[in-house]
Amino acid sequence: MNNLFLNTEILPYCKGCGHDLIAKNTTKALGKLNYEPLDIIVVTDIGCHGIIDKALNTHTVHGLHGRSAALASGISFGTDNPDKKIIVFIGDGGATIGLQHIMEASRLNVNMTLVVHNNYLYGMTGGQTSGLTPVGFHTTTSHEGNQFSGYDICALARTAGAPYVSRITGIGDISDQLAVAFSNKGFSLVEILEICPSYGVKLNPKRKLQEIAASSGKPLGEWTQHREPFEKHQGKKTDDLLGEVREIKKVFQSYLKTTVSLVISGSAGEGVQLAAGLISKACVSSGLCVTQKGSYPVTVGVGFSTSEINISTQPIDFHGINVPDMAIITSEDGLAHNRKRIESMTNGKLMIDSSLEVPKTGADVIQHDFRTVGARNAAIFAVFFFALKTGIISSEAILKVIEEEGKTDKLPLPKIKEALAKVK
Amino acid sequence: MQENKKGRHALLDGSRLIIESMARAGADAFIGYPITPANLLYQYGLQRMPLMLAAPDEITTVQWMSGLAATGKIAVTATSFPGYALMIESINMAFMMELPMVIVLVQRLGPATGTATSGAQGDLSLLKGNISGGHPLPVLCTSNMEDCWTLSAKAVELAVKLRTPVVLLTSKEEVMTTKSFNMDLLPEITPLERKYYDLECDGNYKPYKATNFVPDFLPLGQNKHQIRFNASTHNEKGILQHADEESMANTRRLEEKIRKRAYEYTWYDLDEDEQAKKLVVAFGITAAAARHAVNQLREEGRHISLLIPKTLIPVPEVYLEIMESYDEVIVAEENINNQFSDLIYGLKKPVGHRFVGSLGKMITPQQIREEVRK
Repeated sequence: MNNLFLNTEILPYCKGCGHDLIAKNTTKALGKLNYEPLDIIVVTDIGCHGIIDKALNTHTVHGLHGRSAALASGISFGTDNPDKKIIVFIGDGGATIGLQHIMEASRLNVNMTLVVHNNYLYGMTGGQTSGLTPVGFHTTTSHEGNQFSGYDICALARTAGAPYVSRITGIGDISDQLAVAFSNKGFSLVEILEICPSYGVKLNPKRKLQEIAASSGKPLGEWTQHREPFEKHQGKKTDDLLGEVREIKKVFQSYLKTTVSLVISGSAGEGVQLAAGLISKACVSSGLCVTQKGSYPVTVGVGFSTSEINISTQPIDFHGINVPDMAIITSEDGLAHNRKRIESMTNGKLMIDSSLEVPKTGADVIQHDFRTVGARNAAIFAVFFFALKTGIISSEAILKVIEEEGKTDKLPLPKIKEALAKVK
Repeated sequence: MQENKKGRHALLDGSRLIIESMARAGADAFIGYPITPANLLYQYGLQRMPLMLAAPDEITTVQWMSGLAATGKIAVTATSFPGYALMIESINMAFMMELPMVIVLVQRLGPATGTATSGAQGDLSLLKGNISGGHPLPVLCTSNMEDCWTLSAKAVELAVKLRTPVVLLTSKEEVMTTKSFNMDLLPEITPLERKYYDLECDGNYKPYKATNFVPDFLPLGQNKHQIRFNASTHNEKGILQHADEESMANTRRLEEKIRKRAYEYTWYDLDEDEQAKKLVVAFGITAAAARHAVNQLREEGRHISLLIPKTLIPVPEVYLEIMESYDEVIVAEENINNQFSDLIYGLKKPVGHRFVGSLGKMITPQQIREEVRK
């Protein structure tokens, strides 16, 4: 036997099956291109085409029905050796199942060749109609002939960006056409038309492959476009995610002796999450342990914005807050989101914007105009107010965080200071 | 977490620790797609992993990861139930092909889309049985910030050493909450050294011939030996076979590989009080509430022990031994059907077994305390 790529001349296909012709012409094309068997990675999936594996002397990967294009893409991404050739065998059923994977490989121009064995039906499972079955073609699930036109897989791949696409009939020597596809750098797709001898021939007597191909309205041919093959985009990288975290040194003191749970809440776009971060960092710089959790609707630019903060002199295991010890409410959205738990407070402090209705609560209520330096800075102002009223952190600690994060010029600090001076 | 006195203190989230740990352990790639509450992991994966690819969907994600694994790369992804559900067939493929990878499963409230921004512990029963045949897919579960660091690296090691996908189970509250943390407490992570089949050996390499239950690995890309990966039932050569003796032995080995070598990957915390007759058991996010509750109960003068399982699947037998050595066992987990105890006992819970559950809300230390006091 004069074929380096096959270990047998007798392939496991029904008599007259086009898959036999495709397999032999694939190996012939590879020989013409002077490949060695272990230069080749053949990726197959479920379907009659996939049982070729054991006859091949190449590397073989046998995956899930319809997923071979995606599996091969992963192999291509990971293969550092550009001399390796990745060939994917897939049926028309698999191409239907894994259409997204083919589109993605085309779009990214992944370096590999996809050989679509289009015998117009699912063969292994009993001759059912696939997404590539032509209109009028009879299958075991289309006794009156397929009602719909099949996908034009070549047009789809080309539209998605494949630089080389061809559609040929599986008749005669097709090794030259396959060799052209295999030589392409980047993604190439060859759709090879066949008739399944077990189902297609029997259910469509007297019809010839070329006539069926012509009647499908999808022309034979070759389509090319220039694109650079996929390259791994590295993007902006760090080599240490911890290295970019700002260390917070303990430079301030806190008079807190126990644990405090705090909820700060307002409206989206009014600086709640920024304010919560300021409190948390100021606490850490004051020698305290902190947990901080944000909460907001999926439409992040509208509605409430809440942050839950636990502050303690001791390590914090449990960070959940049902009823907080303290609450800062800067807007109607924040009040609506937290009304129930404010009503559940039996002690502690509620610091609430003076424009808002005060719910029934057991907490000490402190009302103030948090929006005095503008709605966008309501929560930031409230942080300084919180520091002033509780003494848990100092204004200096907050200012230090603002300075270290380069936000001094972005916040109206003089106005905040001026407004704070009026706080009784 | 330690008191903020000495050390390099910072505000961190668990997602950052997980990705950094895996990268240091030797993970090569993050294959990501957006899903709440795993988005921070995606963001950090983009920043940190040597290779990052944005996949169009969940099935593609695990297929790409599998392809990368076949070439010797270790890929990581992060998802939540809606995505994980779509990944399961491909995870089965990777299990069958014996391809290492780590899937970080961030639990959120289900069923289906449920509430993306609410935490939960509702996926353990799914993980118990998500490989067809009931074969165990290793699951490690984080219970605090330190675990996000140490277990993540162990997940990578386990995946490679046993050639299997591994799930690192966590939850929304663990990966999206920022905490003050002393970075000096993080132990150094030694990068994993990949060991491949000796390329200079004769030409008799069989991709699925195992030593100590695990086959020697060779990546696609070399040209000394033929490699076959196969998701269908296969023999030692990786050739598709029906249920013959050799291929059934291979499938049986997949089960034995995990079960018999799991002892190498058993992690748990047992905080014992020698006088205790009651044991609290909690994993994942509920372990934080349990630690808090047990500390408070001890301050009241009560004798109580605490078990925090971290290796969840396959279930280490030692959990059963520990639990059976107490008169009363209180298992707390954030679901309403006691999935951990089902894993251990099945339908019939022993006398003295009690359950603290919750739906859509974290279990509080108070709930655990009240149950223990009964």
